[in-house]
Amino acid sequence: METIERIKEQIAENPILLYMKGSPKLPNCGFSAQASQALMSCGEKFAFVDILQNPDIRAELPAYADWPTFPQLWVEGELIGGCDIILEMFQQGELQTLIKETAEKTQTEENS
Amino acid sequence: MNIATTIEQKLLSAFSPIHLDVVNESNQHNVPVGSESHFKVVIVSKNFEGERLIKRHRAINQVLANELSEHIHALALHTYTEKEWHDYYADSVPLSPKCLGGSKT
Repeated sequence: METIERIKEQIAENPILLYMKGSPKLPNCGFSAQASQALMSCGEKFAFVDILQNPDIRAELPAYADWPTFPQLWVEGELIGGCDIILEMFQQGELQTLIKETAEKTQTEENS
Repeated sequence: MNIATTIEQKLLSAFSPIHLDVVNESNQHNVPVGSESHFKVVIVSKNFEGERLIKRHRAINQVLANELSEHIHALALHTYTEKEWHDYYADSVPLSPKCLGGSKT
């Protein structure tokens, strides 16, 4: 599959998705570490893609997303932002609300 | 011209900021001494009023597109409107500790 198709599929199939360097347990970058930490604190399941293991995605996602850096948080197919936005939303309590609502919505859809 | 100055000048002309800090944080990272790879920008501008964070960041990324693709590895962005900046910092600028007399001993 073309890289761009894989990206689109990941974004479409995972309502909460973090593109990051490393994994939430073993992040390879300070910004990815902070972002995944904030996301984990929301207490809901989320998907992640380690872009260091996927150099093709690392190369192509910035253009597709119109966002030059990583991490990138995607919720329901929409780019929310990078580390600074994630942290600021977390401090304001907005991230928790967004993530909880998305998780609830997804669960209801799965059960129905 | 170094990268920090370029960033500063581009942001000054694009956003007419009320406050602008461009900090080279490269020394905190695993890069050679004197690198210009990791930056932090604190910017307060009227242009951000009514704009969500992602839109503000996108606007800055666009102005710095060339630097981002050629030179900058990491760019931390802290964007505020005048009111947010005031609300955010009015009560929270850390105070320096009180004197405990050590300078006279």
